[in-house]
Amino acid sequence: MKNELLEKIMFNIIQGRMEAEDEGVDEGLDGQPAVTELIQEAIAKDLDPQQIITECLTPAMDEVGKKFEQGEYLIPDMLAAAECVGTAMEIMGPSLLKAGIQSKGKMVLATVAGDLHDIGKNIVAIMLKGAGYEVIDLGTDVSRERIITEVKNSGAGYLGLSALLTTTMRQMESVIKGLADEGLGNSVKVMIGGAPTSKEFAEQIGADAYCEDAFEAVTRLNALTA
Amino acid sequence: MEYREGVLVKPYERLDLEQVKLLDEASLAILADPGFWCHNERVADFFRKHGANVREETEKGRSVWRVQSPAGLIREAVSQAPTSFVLGARDPANRLLLDAEVPRVYFGSGSETNVWIETEMEEFISKKEPSRVVKIPAFQELRGSADLLCRAAHICEHLEHLDFFIRPVNVQDPGINADNHDANKFFASLNNITKHVQAGLTNLDRLDDVLRMAEIIAGGAEALRENPIISFIACVFKSPLQLVADTADKVFAIVEKGLPIVISSSPQGGSSAPIQEAGMVAQINAEILAGITLTQLIRPGAPVLYGSVPVRARMDDLHDYYGCPEFNQYNIDCAQLARYYKIPCYSTAGVADAKVPGMQATFEKLLTHLYMAMSGAQYIHYAFGLMDRTGSFCPVQAVIDNEHIGKIKHCLREPKLSDTDVADALQTVKKVMASSSRLYTRHVRKAIRSGVVSQPYLFESNHEKEDRVLEKALAALNDLEMKPARHLDLSLVDRIYHEVPGILPGLKQHG
Repeated sequence: MKNELLEKIMFNIIQGRMEAEDEGVDEGLDGQPAVTELIQEAIAKDLDPQQIITECLTPAMDEVGKKFEQGEYLIPDMLAAAECVGTAMEIMGPSLLKAGIQSKGKMVLATVAGDLHDIGKNIVAIMLKGAGYEVIDLGTDVSRERIITEVKNSGAGYLGLSALLTTTMRQMESVIKGLADEGLGNSVKVMIGGAPTSKEFAEQIGADAYCEDAFEAVTRLNALTA
Repeated sequence: MEYREGVLVKPYERLDLEQVKLLDEASLAILADPGFWCHNERVADFFRKHGANVREETEKGRSVWRVQSPAGLIREAVSQAPTSFVLGARDPANRLLLDAEVPRVYFGSGSETNVWIETEMEEFISKKEPSRVVKIPAFQELRGSADLLCRAAHICEHLEHLDFFIRPVNVQDPGINADNHDANKFFASLNNITKHVQAGLTNLDRLDDVLRMAEIIAGGAEALRENPIISFIACVFKSPLQLVADTADKVFAIVEKGLPIVISSSPQGGSSAPIQEAGMVAQINAEILAGITLTQLIRPGAPVLYGSVPVRARMDDLHDYYGCPEFNQYNIDCAQLARYYKIPCYSTAGVADAKVPGMQATFEKLLTHLYMAMSGAQYIHYAFGLMDRTGSFCPVQAVIDNEHIGKIKHCLREPKLSDTDVADALQTVKKVMASSSRLYTRHVRKAIRSGVVSQPYLFESNHEKEDRVLEKALAALNDLEMKPARHLDLSLVDRIYHEVPGILPGLKQHG
């Protein structure tokens, strides 16, 4: 029989309840411990972090994915659950490190210079964290130099670039060239997205993948890491 | 008490109070001079006894009474009409609470067309790109029948935003005559819908048949008065200003029986009424006030709806013209006048001049659906599926109208802005701004599930570069027709067949 605490964590991820004050989907859950409190309890009880991931976080997200496909859940539900998983992973960070468990991969994420739009990027960050990736989110209006420095310093194998404006999308090309100039062209895979971008644009500027939305970002990254 | 929610709106008003009073006085001036031409002697006597100046004249060889009413007579009678009352329904949850002082808007169907438009999607191959196949609707006209009326009632039962039922199709089967028309139309309706049923009365002699049927369903005479599952429409005036003899007799009978009635008038601006707003509204208001006065002279406190259906004429063929700005202007003014008199308003919206569903129909219908809902008229008929200036009923259009009316009801909901709402909002802003993503998505989930947030348009295309509204609406109609009907209990059906003569045997199968 599965640990009762793991069952509770899984239930609360599906409910998208990060903290005790969150409402969730079902009625009457306010005030009850949610993912943050339950994960802290699990750590205090020395539960195996690998077990938490494989028996709880992953199947919870699979269940949320099914509910989304069946039309029972909408994107806000999906994001709420993914946020819960991201939070759980953050809280478990030291335990994972101690146990020698690595994330599925590390991605630096940024909205390029001159562009302040970040809704899409933030959704991608939530979804990737929820899928078990480590995300280093640099925010918006990030210069080419800073992006390249962060990629180098973090040792990330993946870079996600976002732009909403036709005037800023060209910055992506500049970043990709900069990575090549630094000798990182082969070791760092670049994914791009944002309203004005396209598959054709990605090919044109030498990006490794174009992502139409956050779901595709997860799919593409899963493919690149496979 | 349970009743349908409708939508409580903050009324949009074209007229200020001074303009309302100006129209009221103009209508009273019309009723004083020239007055109305009354073709019913009993009505003329009634008005005379209550202080009107009545004189008999001869018109085309027939007697007609000119009735000139003093303002006091009209005002006093109109003031006795009830401000609020209930229209009942087979299912108590479907009752309607009409209150002239509460702008709660209900939408319903109408009105007695002879043609049913059936829709089918056909595939067409592009000449330019033979691999490209598109679906185009094909329309077929069917003659209205009792079976089609049963279908209409069944469909309307399942249209979420349809609050009451006025039969949208006429029964013209072999075997239907003036003696059994009423029994068949009411039975076909009541046996297939649990919402309020309203209709005109074809034959005064058959009123008792209809009442017997309604009493059997409601559970007796007293139960019917408490839960009037049926009510009647009487277009007692033929515009301009002519009171119709046989309809007036029906008004007497219905009011005496204690059932709710709509006093309706439908002048056409440009032919049977002035086309200008002031003249049109003053005249229709005069006609309705005279009709309402009659009901209150017959029985003070009789439940009556102020029934306004003013339309304007097209100038190219003098047909009715529904999808035009003047329609809204006339009708909004009437809704304001009804509110001024504190009488619930039976109003009109959603008639397409277009003959088939499509962009023209959508424009024409939405133009009036939205404005008339905003007017706060309590009871808006003609709102589902009516095409060709009320000449035909198209069920797939009714399904589309249902979706549009749902969106309008949502749009006009009362603002949710209590102290608690604002406090919740402030707390959410703080929470989100403290988060790394600064996204509000997790906080919309309750709102989505509780219905606070509207759903996407039901018939939208996904990613195709084509409009598939009709195809999707037709699929929705088919699904809806597969839903079970809520028929009357067989024991009630048997009693009705036993006690009410003339109902077609075939209709029993629907029970």
